[in-house]
Amino acid sequence: MVDASLILQYFLSGITKGSIYAVVAIGFNLIYSATGVLNFAQGEFVMLGGMVAVTLCLFVPLPVAVFVAVIVVALVGCALEIVFFRKLRHHSILHMIIITIGLSIVIQEVALHLWDEKVRSLPYFTGNEISSVRFFGAAVSPQVLWVLGTVTVMVVLLHLFLRYTARGRAMRACSSNAEAAMLAGINISNMRTLSFGLSAALGGLAGCVISPITMTHYEMGAPLAIKGFAAAILGGLGNPTAAVAGGLLIGVAEAFSVSQLPAAYSDVTTFILFLLALFIRPHGLFGSPSGEDVREV
Amino acid sequence: MKRLIPVIAFAALAVAAQVVSFAVGKEFCLTQLTMAVYYAIVVMGLCLLMGFAGQVSLGHGAFFAIGGYTSAVLTTSDFSRFEDSAWIAALKRAHVLYLKADLYGGEVLAATPWAAFLAAMAMTFFIACLIGYPALRLKGHYLAMATLGFGLIVYKMVLGSSITGSADGITGVPEWKLFFGLTVSGKSALRVQNYYIACAVALLLLVLLMNLVQSRVGRALQAIHDRETAAGAIGINTARYKLSAFVLSALIAAAAGVFLTHYNGGIGPSEASTLKSVRYVALAAAGGMGNPWGAALVSTIINFLSLRGWFGSYDNAVFGAALIVIISLAPQGPLKPLGLLIRRIIGGIRAPKRGGHATP
Repeated sequence: MVDASLILQYFLSGITKGSIYAVVAIGFNLIYSATGVLNFAQGEFVMLGGMVAVTLCLFVPLPVAVFVAVIVVALVGCALEIVFFRKLRHHSILHMIIITIGLSIVIQEVALHLWDEKVRSLPYFTGNEISSVRFFGAAVSPQVLWVLGTVTVMVVLLHLFLRYTARGRAMRACSSNAEAAMLAGINISNMRTLSFGLSAALGGLAGCVISPITMTHYEMGAPLAIKGFAAAILGGLGNPTAAVAGGLLIGVAEAFSVSQLPAAYSDVTTFILFLLALFIRPHGLFGSPSGEDVREV
Repeated sequence: MKRLIPVIAFAALAVAAQVVSFAVGKEFCLTQLTMAVYYAIVVMGLCLLMGFAGQVSLGHGAFFAIGGYTSAVLTTSDFSRFEDSAWIAALKRAHVLYLKADLYGGEVLAATPWAAFLAAMAMTFFIACLIGYPALRLKGHYLAMATLGFGLIVYKMVLGSSITGSADGITGVPEWKLFFGLTVSGKSALRVQNYYIACAVALLLLVLLMNLVQSRVGRALQAIHDRETAAGAIGINTARYKLSAFVLSALIAAAAGVFLTHYNGGIGPSEASTLKSVRYVALAAAGGMGNPWGAALVSTIINFLSLRGWFGSYDNAVFGAALIVIISLAPQGPLKPLGLLIRRIIGGIRAPKRGGHATP
């Protein structure tokens, strides 16, 4: 018999992991809305954020290291857009997606040769490995609270940015109709660069806060990208709020399947549930069928 | 006649590769080349699905593994425990099962490679229909993610089940006597023969694919690729055609898996990994999706170089970089610009003879 505090424990570990998937999914959505491209290098931003922060932490205090790491990753994101996607505007979407896969592999290899294959981690932001907070009978590491807090703040700020600032509105205009946005005087190219930079920054910050719990490793990006992609699809592409729900659902499903089945099968159950959900709702849980395929081109 | 040119060119290329490797005394290279050709067969199947039917699959590594593993499990496991049952006796009489010597001198009752091949095809057909029927209702990125998820499920199941040998995979898969004394086997004495078997299978498949593409079915697939709704509106049964293309390309991948498993004498779980599936898609895209010839050539070359270990620890990095370069510079695949160049050179030689001015 599983008691309530144990369920709560699994649930909390699920939403911790799920919140990171959610951040990756939001990153997918931001770039997808602005450019139509699915950026499979999204997980690498998380890895880079953690790696840069761990290295900087040797020289400067933790908050400065995290701050600089986020800036660095954002610049990497902008640079990728300027170097590759600005030039290749006329390539088909599928080709650009394949290029992001290539980029993800290259970034991973560069990280391997820059940092080697050792597992690293940032120190706990507050407390240490053994300190814990009691929460309705479940023990919670303070770092989990940091993760949940940071992700919540990120999501809220992003929402406010997209809804209430001129630049955020311009970004949304680009995603709903790029040509009309251009006619209204919005510089689409810059908006695309901004979307890459923003989603890289989000990923980088997530990589920093998660680092003490899951450790940072050069190979951590690809699995995160897959889970984040699944989260974005489960919620319905193009909808950041739905992506958060998708990410949390996948994280919780994973945590509970670990509790019931051998760990080797945890992804199996998660993805079977995911496929079933997708077969029942082909446009994601919160998406709706679009008229895209009958639109005049 | 014009349609025969690529066939002849490819056959000549295959023979040239063998002759050169013999001449410079590096025949061992043919082993990796054979493996690369089998991998290229998977990419050809994907070309049919992506380039002509316009559907993405990030799960073809899984079909390759389903084919390979089914055949490996059936040809290596021992059914003699069940010998009393009427079914097994009947299968034995039908020469589906046979007694073979095992590693320790004993005898085991295992399936013949041909029977295992047919079983692998049936298994793949069943699974591809099961997953393809609901998945192909999904569009674009949703389909990509669904097939990616399917591939991941297969990978984790292969990795976690004892019947597939968990992380070790299966070894000791017997050789496969095809017909007329042709044998799929990794023995070095049969290296040249196996190289030509692989090339023949690939070439046959290319010819069949080109015929399919230029038939009524191919044009229907093309219509679905260009505009699915419009294709449906003019009376093409889009769901059925998409499913057929999906199942066919899955069967091609599985067949390649069976051949390579017999050739290598074993199979490991990495064949089902997501990276492998992604690699197939990337190679198909880099070769020019609507151009199976280009895809076959590019994937054979890149896979051969990486199997030979040319790039050492930079293997993945070089693969990623090659992908980016090929797609940025030649999105239609490298064969198209190459063909244009050759045509221009030939045109440049011919034109002055006719009337003085070179063709623009």
